[in-house]
Amino acid sequence: MSGGALWNMKASALLELMMAGEVSATEVVEAFLDRISEVEPKVGAFLEVMRDEGLAQARRIDELRQSGEYPGLLGGLPVAVKDNICVAGTRCTCGSKMLANWVAPYDATVVKALKAQGAIIIGKTNMDEFAMGSSTENSALGLTRNPWDLRRVPGGSSGGSAAAVAAGQVPLALGSDTGGSVRQPAAFTGITGLKPTYGRVSRYGLVAFASSLDQIGPLAADVRDVCLLMDAISGFDERDSTSDNRPVPSYTRALSKSAKGLKAGVPRECLTQGVSRGVKECFERALEVMEDLGVEIEETSLPMIRYALDCYYIIAPAEASSNLSRFDGVRYGLRAEANGLEEMYVRTRRNFGPEVRRRIMLGTFVLSAGYYDAYYLRAAKVRTLIRRDFKRAFEEFDILLSPTTPTTAFLLGERTQDPLSMYMADVLTVPANLAGLPALSVPCGFEEDSNSGEDGDGDSGRRLPVGLQITGRPFDEETVLCAGHAFYQAVAPAVEAELARMRKDLGKESCGSACPQAQSPKGSAWKE
Amino acid sequence: MSAGAKSERVGLEGVRLVSEKEAAGGRLAREDLELVVGLEVHAELLTRSKMFCRCSTRFGDPPNTNVCPVCLGLPGALPVVNREAVRLAVIAALALNCRVNLRSRFARKNYFYPDLPKGYQISQYDEPLAVNGCVMIPGPPPKKIRIRRLHLEEDAGKSIHEGDDVTRAAYSLLDFNRCGAPLIEIVSEPDISSPEEARQYLEELRRILEFTGVSDVKMEEGSMRVDSNVSLRRLGQEQPGALVEVKNLNSFRAVVRALAYEKDRQSRILTAGGTVRRETRGWDESLEITVPLRLKETSEDYRYFPDPDLPPLILSEEWLESVKREMPPLPEEKKRYYVDVLGIPAYDASILTSSRKLSRFFDECVSRGADPKAISNWILSELLGYMNSRGLGPDAIPTSPEFLVKLIRLIDIGVISGRIAKDILVKMCETGRDPEEIVREEGLQQVTDRAFLEHVVDEVIAENLSAVEAIKKGRSKAMGFLVGQVMKKTGGKANPELVNIIIKSKLE
Repeated sequence: MSGGALWNMKASALLELMMAGEVSATEVVEAFLDRISEVEPKVGAFLEVMRDEGLAQARRIDELRQSGEYPGLLGGLPVAVKDNICVAGTRCTCGSKMLANWVAPYDATVVKALKAQGAIIIGKTNMDEFAMGSSTENSALGLTRNPWDLRRVPGGSSGGSAAAVAAGQVPLALGSDTGGSVRQPAAFTGITGLKPTYGRVSRYGLVAFASSLDQIGPLAADVRDVCLLMDAISGFDERDSTSDNRPVPSYTRALSKSAKGLKAGVPRECLTQGVSRGVKECFERALEVMEDLGVEIEETSLPMIRYALDCYYIIAPAEASSNLSRFDGVRYGLRAEANGLEEMYVRTRRNFGPEVRRRIMLGTFVLSAGYYDAYYLRAAKVRTLIRRDFKRAFEEFDILLSPTTPTTAFLLGERTQDPLSMYMADVLTVPANLAGLPALSVPCGFEEDSNSGEDGDGDSGRRLPVGLQITGRPFDEETVLCAGHAFYQAVAPAVEAELARMRKDLGKESCGSACPQAQSPKGSAWKE
Repeated sequence: MSAGAKSERVGLEGVRLVSEKEAAGGRLAREDLELVVGLEVHAELLTRSKMFCRCSTRFGDPPNTNVCPVCLGLPGALPVVNREAVRLAVIAALALNCRVNLRSRFARKNYFYPDLPKGYQISQYDEPLAVNGCVMIPGPPPKKIRIRRLHLEEDAGKSIHEGDDVTRAAYSLLDFNRCGAPLIEIVSEPDISSPEEARQYLEELRRILEFTGVSDVKMEEGSMRVDSNVSLRRLGQEQPGALVEVKNLNSFRAVVRALAYEKDRQSRILTAGGTVRRETRGWDESLEITVPLRLKETSEDYRYFPDPDLPPLILSEEWLESVKREMPPLPEEKKRYYVDVLGIPAYDASILTSSRKLSRFFDECVSRGADPKAISNWILSELLGYMNSRGLGPDAIPTSPEFLVKLIRLIDIGVISGRIAKDILVKMCETGRDPEEIVREEGLQQVTDRAFLEHVVDEVIAENLSAVEAIKKGRSKAMGFLVGQVMKKTGGKANPELVNIIIKSKLE
């Protein structure tokens, strides 16, 4: 094949080939299924692969095309879906023992939209249990590795979706982002991920973690592919009262706009929050690229975002403690044997993992009588102040720029014993969720000086990807994507060369000592 | 043991109450104590679908047939507010003289129970739909009962315990058909001071909610439920005593009996120098007493917080105005109209407005041209008499306005007598048939054939000569007797006026 392996191509390119009749959807799906077979033992991105259904759907798309019918915006493209999004007839585990055998009886609205546009849902991806975590290590059902360095985490909680795209197992994936769970793993795995404005994409069928923060978002190799998914899944849904009914533009078409003349602010608070030297250097180079593109850059300040993480860790657990009450063993999911109701509740709910239990307890506490005002109510007020900071900044700037994460991907097990250090991975992404803003993570380069954590033998020597975060005004995904696309065009040659090399090596690499196969690394949280 | 110590500490207040009274030179007597009651009424709204999903609210379907991901609380499902439920709740609020908040908010009430699938109930908490209403009860003397708040919420499912005893059941079954049904909760101020006032308040609420089409308020089907907060207060004091919540009140009668029982129980404790414990009690229908319910081991902390799945409920002024404009008339307004415009006696008018169905039945009769007073008499004496004897409620009026009006017209034009008409009405009610049809098929037309009637009168005169004598002596009573005899001979079908005329002419 002239353009290299199909699995190494972007969604937009595959779509063109299929539309031109040069390859069939069946060939595309087969290529990705083969790639999954090849690298999945190393990456562990999936909790379930729907091989037969995927191929059957691909044949249906091919038949449609042959009979001259339009198979939809995503006709024949394989998509992986995070395992907290319902696909009818398929298990939806949320990475939890509690739902390990729960089969969703209905399609999430985004899944319906994907199917309507001819996408082929090829698998469900691993995640931190109920999307609580920043490394995918909190999954009760599997271990996912970062394809750039198998000793490292892929980020989280949408780590499975990010790793699958990075490893070339699938061209497109959906994740969910409550405090950075799309953007942070996108940054850690050198791909692109968008958290849309709150309300832009329906949450119906997304198993709720923190309802006022959750948003489904696309992950793909580049901004154009992210736009393809956004065009399919965006818009009002009468089943989600928090979805917004303003008209949706074509994001793909918006990419032709120039970034020239955009005004970008760089919040100074974003560079003080434990950002590593390597990430900072990479970010500064990214700012230079932006300036070369004609973007006007200026430092600014959002003083209240210093409190964003604290605020987040009150609001998100509060909502989670209520959202997760339904997992009580009465109607579905895991039920522990017990004598009597009380005991059944207690024994059943012991099967939540430690991080989930921690957050349920924290959330229950902050909502309790006598503490509500001091914690939940105060956090809600801080949230308002953070929104106000952003609103003020966007009176002056079109976009805000920061690194997506303070560091690059850390080692498996490195932070599992220290929840606070794990929470720090989201310090730069959480503000956009609190303010409900669209935010994109786009690859901006690689950390020169590999900061490989405590057991820094650093011998694999692969440089780790760094993400640039672009935040925009509410419902102004167009400007964010447009700026991201312009930027990515400038860095794509270097980034994609590295990506291709990584993918090639991933196929070759034997699973040596650096890749403990079955077990979680030491220090994993899965012991009581 | 520690519980005993605790209740003694709580008891200090009560002890002081007694000693103050003693210092004033007397013992605390029953007459010094006043009942203080606030009622919480839940009414199910008459919508076709549930509060937050499209499932049917039909009553009595096979278990778990009216369910979907939303009302089953499946992972990923989200609530959407039922517009009609909001409209009905606003009508209720307006009918109860409440101030409707243009902005209100749904909140989650968190607790674990098997019939609560999400682990929380969506309700309204610190920002309810409406506040500050009132209802007038007739008394005597008439009294205003203030309403603190009215809010929207969803119902829970139904647990069915094997053997009907939750403590000993081997298993329990769950039916989620009712889960998510729309409810309003109406919370009164503690303005009620006797069981009779409580009954009147509930009757009035029921009448208003039924009349405005907000709810069918059937306690037996659970579409109206009552909880009460009961305490006693020393006359002339502001502060009532310890609050006792009484649950499980399944009929108005139960409310009245339970309140009377509680008044008695609490005053006995207080006059003996004891203290009433703050607790939740349940009404035992068969023993006619209240019993302490098992206290939850933790105090009830529902951890209310705004439901992040639902934006604040914002009503526009225009919409509220349109609801006001299309507001069905209230029973009091309707009653006034009947009395002032149609000339119906006040007592009759209040019966006609005791239910929407009855009032509508009457209205339709009037709109079909019937004389309001005549039709009202027929409804109150004959139709309701029949219905009461068969145990039929206003929901099940066994004939139509069209037929009743026809029946009265048959009397007016002399086709049937009033006496026969009563029999025909029973037949109409039993068979649902048209009165004209009944008259025709059964040959019930009045006899107006003069020659035939003269013949019958001659017979009657011949058989009752003593009565004829009496009439000639001026005792007019005997006249009625003769007419009655003619009616008897004709099976009630003779036209009484004509018979009168004939008898008079024969005796002259």
